Amino acid sequence: MPAWSEIVLILVVVIDFVLLASSRLRAVIRGAAMQGALLSLLPLFMAGRAELGHVLLLSLGALLVKGIAIPWLLLWAIREAAIRREVEPLVGFVPSLVLGALGVGLAFALSSAMPLPAPERHGFLVPTSLSTVFTGLLLVVSRRKAVSQVIGFLVLENGVFVFGLLLSDFMPAMVEAGVLLDLFAAVFVMGIVMFDINREFSSLDTEKLSALKD
Amino acid sequence: MSLALFLLYLVLSPLLMGVVNRTKSILAGRRGPPLLQLYADLWRLLRKGSVYSRTTSWVFVAGPVVSLAAAVTAGLFLAFGGLPAPLSFSGDFVLFAALLALARFATVLAALDTGSSFEGMGAAREVTFGSLSEPALFLCLLTVARATGSSSLSGMLGPGLAAAWTLAGPALLLAAIALFVVALAENARIPFDDPNTHLELTMIHEVMVLDHSGPDLALILYGASLKLYLFGALFVRIALGFEVTGVAAAGVLLLGLLAFGVLVGLIESVMARLRMARVPQLLVGASVLSAFGLVLLLR
Repeated sequence: MPAWSEIVLILVVVIDFVLLASSRLRAVIRGAAMQGALLSLLPLFMAGRAELGHVLLLSLGALLVKGIAIPWLLLWAIREAAIRREVEPLVGFVPSLVLGALGVGLAFALSSAMPLPAPERHGFLVPTSLSTVFTGLLLVVSRRKAVSQVIGFLVLENGVFVFGLLLSDFMPAMVEAGVLLDLFAAVFVMGIVMFDINREFSSLDTEKLSALKD
Repeated sequence: MSLALFLLYLVLSPLLMGVVNRTKSILAGRRGPPLLQLYADLWRLLRKGSVYSRTTSWVFVAGPVVSLAAAVTAGLFLAFGGLPAPLSFSGDFVLFAALLALARFATVLAALDTGSSFEGMGAAREVTFGSLSEPALFLCLLTVARATGSSSLSGMLGPGLAAAWTLAGPALLLAAIALFVVALAENARIPFDDPNTHLELTMIHEVMVLDHSGPDLALILYGASLKLYLFGALFVRIALGFEVTGVAAAGVLLLGLLAFGVLVGLIESVMARLRMARVPQLLVGASVLSAFGLVLLLR
């Protein structure tokens, strides 16, 4: 059903915009969770000749890790650290929204020129992936709070996941399971680091890290 | 038929305002003003005299007249319910937007003409937010124009729209959502401006019309209701883009407008006004949404 996957991909890009524009961390985490859950639907919609077990494993794994486990971990982290919003990002919300829109426009304009190893299964797949990666990158570099940066990393990984769908016929399920596990481990470690930053400086502002000297 | 719909536009627009207010009062558990309250208000104001400050000039008197005339003329180009509009030419959506901008410009000039710093502040806000909502409006209209392949409002909203929905549904949906946000901003409804407030520091539209009284105020209130109906009809047609003809089109339009009024009232009941600094963010968001719709179409 190409129509459904098209709608899911468009929603993913719209969520990218929401993430860029929103300052409330709770809403941003929920948005990223929603994006992860939406992405977990994609393998089901796009299942071609691939075997069903592989597709189900991929979809359930993505839902569990991206849609439930990591958002839960992040919500726990902001509750522990008692922070509710990103106060002063390095790039303001309106400029980052405009930058995100430019990125999406470029992604859509350039993706057709990209030589791909596999025949394109869906026209929106590559531009969605590129723009989501760009959004994640933007979130990582433009926000001060460690939680926002972790969400940026998560969004970046979502983009990579979309790109991976293009190749899912060729990729064994173990590789994807490994990627998901990696992601979970990375966010887990970041959670611990955030906890330590918070205990040391009683704030999650990563700017404070530059005050560290040996 | 299209002339009849234009007449309905002139006659029914105060009723739409009544629907919004009635929805708000029902949700707040109040009895609220009657549905036809605005008609009574207009009639009362028209019979009154006007008071003019000595510092004002003819610009102040011309403001409400010009903005009302612009809103009425803009209605001539809008294809209500998708039936061909009374006037139409290629590229008339630019004129449509320009007429709305002219209405705003006249109101702003009249506000500045009073010489009150307070009204100047409101004028500055109106222009600032107007400059952000206009690109969003243009991007919406461009998306629809691109999807239907027509550059006149009659063609954009006409039978071509139904075909465009099947081909480019997501893009049109994004444009419709962005248009709804623009409609709320342009009509000074709640996430942007509170039409009920008279608290000086927060209001935008209300502050500009404080010095108008009597028939002038009636013209302004009527013009505001026309503008709400105009945006409502545009939004309803783009959102419910199926093919209809004749009386059915009018029925769909009126039911859609009723739903639009209830939706606006619902939003006003459950949302608070945004902080002033957040308003540009939402408007830029609307622009970005419709720009994304356009990007989807241009691929």
